[in-house]
Amino acid sequence: MFVTRLAPVRPDVFARPVRTEGVEALAYALQQLINGVTLGMIYGLIAVGYTMVYGIIGMINFAHGDIFMVGAFLSLISLLGLASLGITAVPLALALTLLFAAGLAALYGWTVERVAYRPLRGSFRLAPLISAIGMSIVLQNFVQVGQGARVKPMNALLPGGIELMNEGDFAVQLSWMQIAIVATTLIVLTAFTWLVTRTPLGRSMRACEQDLKMAGLLGIDTDRTISLTFVIGAALAAVAGLLFLLYYGVIDFFIGFLAGVKAFTAAVLGGIGSLPGAVLGGLLIGLIEVFWSAYFSVEYKDVAAFAVLILVLIFRPSGILGRAEVEKV
Amino acid sequence: MTAPLLTLSGVSTFYGAIQALRDVDMTVNEGEIVTLIGANGAGKSTLMMTICGSPRARTGSIVYDGRDIARLPTHEIMRQRIAQAPEGRRIFGRMTVYENLLMGAEVSGQTDIPALLDQICDLFPRLKERLSQRGGTLSGGEQQMLAIGRALMARPRLLLLDEPSLGLAPLVVRQIFGAIRTLNRETGLTVLLVEQNAHQALRLAHRGYVLVNGAITMAGTGADLLARPEIRAAYLEGGG
Ligand SMILES: Nc1ncnc2c1ncn2[C@@H]1O[C@H](COP(=O)(O)OP(=O)(O)O)[C@@H](O)[C@H]1O
Ligand SMILES: [Mg+2]
Repeated sequence: MFVTRLAPVRPDVFARPVRTEGVEALAYALQQLINGVTLGMIYGLIAVGYTMVYGIIGMINFAHGDIFMVGAFLSLISLLGLASLGITAVPLALALTLLFAAGLAALYGWTVERVAYRPLRGSFRLAPLISAIGMSIVLQNFVQVGQGARVKPMNALLPGGIELMNEGDFAVQLSWMQIAIVATTLIVLTAFTWLVTRTPLGRSMRACEQDLKMAGLLGIDTDRTISLTFVIGAALAAVAGLLFLLYYGVIDFFIGFLAGVKAFTAAVLGGIGSLPGAVLGGLLIGLIEVFWSAYFSVEYKDVAAFAVLILVLIFRPSGILGRAEVEKV
Repeated sequence: MTAPLLTLSGVSTFYGAIQALRDVDMTVNEGEIVTLIGANGAGKSTLMMTICGSPRARTGSIVYDGRDIARLPTHEIMRQRIAQAPEGRRIFGRMTVYENLLMGAEVSGQTDIPALLDQICDLFPRLKERLSQRGGTLSGGEQQMLAIGRALMARPRLLLLDEPSLGLAPLVVRQIFGAIRTLNRETGLTVLLVEQNAHQALRLAHRGYVLVNGAITMAGTGADLLARPEIRAAYLEGGG
């Protein structure tokens, strides 16, 4: 049911007829690889937020996909606003939009934690999950009412690209947009990795993730650290929202649902709680989705992604890079 | 006489409806080693954690350095130069030994990390060789040294040690107790030490308290308690 409500995918991205002969088949596969990695990067960015929050307080933040959606809308608003101010230089507009969307989405993330999750800490285990589903609905309706239910289109910011290969009537395209998406993701993830592994805040986050009580005994303000985890996760999701907007050119208030479920799947696939696992899971889900669409059927691409999840959960329940985890409360 | 560094008055702590501490009165003077002994489940760890505000005392006051800390959040209590090496060590297993030590220092705002590290490594040379190893790969004794070292990185005035000898070989226990004595003598560090097996603890400590079912039943100097027949029967000779 939700598939039909998702933003339509640009026809040039998916669903070409399958090529089978020699070099042409290779070219076709290469194109799918490029598309899959691009999409996977977006999923990976969202998945990091799921996995961080799960790692630190053991809850699935069902509203995270909607923070991603809010990030996409903020990006659209920012790009339109900048255009109306005459700021059209693409790198500048993108950088400003990135800051604007990430900053405001971070505020959303902070507020959601503060309002809907923190008061329930120490309550029964399902309470924050139910609250999260509630927040997800609130955010969707908020955007639907504020922005309208119609699909919002945006002109391509960075048309064109590089033609990597030309075989027969099939050309392998690496669009500028794809380069921008992969580059932005790599930069953001590098900064994030540095933050987590090298800074006092990152150490505090890891300490809270490993033993919340002990972290408190070392003088860490655990509530603040949890808040910051939501803030950072939301900022990353907003970056993903911007990239999604740029890639597909259309968004609506419902994109957070499916993207959220996919990213959550990616986090579980990679091993929930593991940051590299989230990125790896995102890439795999992106690749599975794209390859399945390219070689089998577009209609069943979501089924394919979830089928892989089920297989992983059966044969390797802790995910690819996950630890056999003790239950957290 | 100066006021004690730590005074608990009428402290009661509950887990839900279960009362774990009953009207506990206790003092720890600056520069003292005080030990708390008691059987398994008596409430020793609860007392240590109550001082740190987790769980919070339901009644009574906990005055530290002239200020009632019983209502402060845990992280603020721990920033008053109180440090705990808790029961079960609670090492961060997926952080290096070095990072574990840093965690002790960073949040309490210590700046001279290298000097502190040197001190800890002098005290526990085995940690020095393992700074880049993951905490989870250490032996039990090394983890205990790390837990104490991590607590010391905050330059505490009051060090809370919860069963540092649990599960360790006698030689390692001697090493750890030796380190506690050295710290106390040389730096005047105040120590509150929980032990289930009381002999060594009472010999090390200036004073001791006995906790039974959440209530203090006896108090006295280490030597005094060691000499009492009821203590000998309950905690020293095959009891505990
Ligand atoms: N988190 C907890 N929830 C409920 N009861 C607890 C908890 N921790 C300890 N208790 C209970 O409180 C009592 C004292 O425990 P504890 O302080 O750990 O004793 P000790 O450290 O002396 O062995 C025990 O009866 C124990 O079962
Ligand atoms: Mg105990």
